[in-house]
Amino acid sequence: MLTVSLSSYLTLSAILFAISVAGIFLNRKNIIVLLMCVELMLLAANINFVAFSHYLNDAAGQVFVFFVLTVAAAEAAIGLAILVVLFRNRRSIDVDQLNEMKG
Amino acid sequence: MMTFIDIIFYLFATILIVAALGVIAARNPVHSVLLLVVSFFSCSALWLLLEAEFLAIVLVLVYVGAVMVLFLFVVMMLDINIEEMRKGFVRYLPVGALIALVLAAQMIWVVGPVGPDVLTDDSLQQAVRHDADYSNTKELGRILYTEYVLPFEIASVILLVAIIAAISLTLRRRPKTKYQVPSKQMKVKRNDRLRIVKMDSEAKE
Repeated sequence: MLTVSLSSYLTLSAILFAISVAGIFLNRKNIIVLLMCVELMLLAANINFVAFSHYLNDAAGQVFVFFVLTVAAAEAAIGLAILVVLFRNRRSIDVDQLNEMKG
Repeated sequence: MMTFIDIIFYLFATILIVAALGVIAARNPVHSVLLLVVSFFSCSALWLLLEAEFLAIVLVLVYVGAVMVLFLFVVMMLDINIEEMRKGFVRYLPVGALIALVLAAQMIWVVGPVGPDVLTDDSLQQAVRHDADYSNTKELGRILYTEYVLPFEIASVILLVAIIAAISLTLRRRPKTKYQVPSKQMKVKRNDRLRIVKMDSEAKE
């Protein structure tokens, strides 16, 4: 039961994913923390990829993590840039005040 | 009987989960970012345990070194009203915790030690431990530059798009600031700047 197996890693990743989903619910006013929760979610998915890659002895899973890291870095850079512009215009990063598009 | 690997796994998994809980519960966003750094570090240790050495180092260098520092810059640069941001935290705590618990229970039921045994494939039971002279970086590079060369190129284009988008979004032209205009500088002629005055020589008094 206590021995580390594929199942342990998948369980860890499931817990991490659930924590970040809870984070999105709790911090729904603060865009920065929302972005951080998205990073945590991607990390949980990456743990799955690396674990399967190790247990199946196939490096393709690690290549996929490589691409996920690339896209996540791009997403963080653009997201934070949008955040800075938003703060410059509105003096606030409250999600509730972003109602100009009436979505 | 817990082996050394088990102890390492449970140690870093505990740190990872506690730090992740701290990220979503911290009052100050700066603390959230720092706890996120801790969780990335412990995740990198777990990846080392999974013999993904290259990705573990990349996670520390790229994520902790670049992305998290960028987060830290932005969090410290913006003047955020923390109390205003915390409104609704307690109100959404029950529903958030409930959804997270249901989600975790469902996923653990499928992949965890209880529930249906889906991971029954023989190859999944025991990982292949490589020898000490096995290079994960070399193996990853070998398939990255052969099988996955096109996605690799596309990844570089995505990064280029991110650079241009981030710069063009945040570039701000202030009306009062004086800028150089390179095209005007290049087009300037000698006659625009230099005037040669013809005059007779004069004797010193």
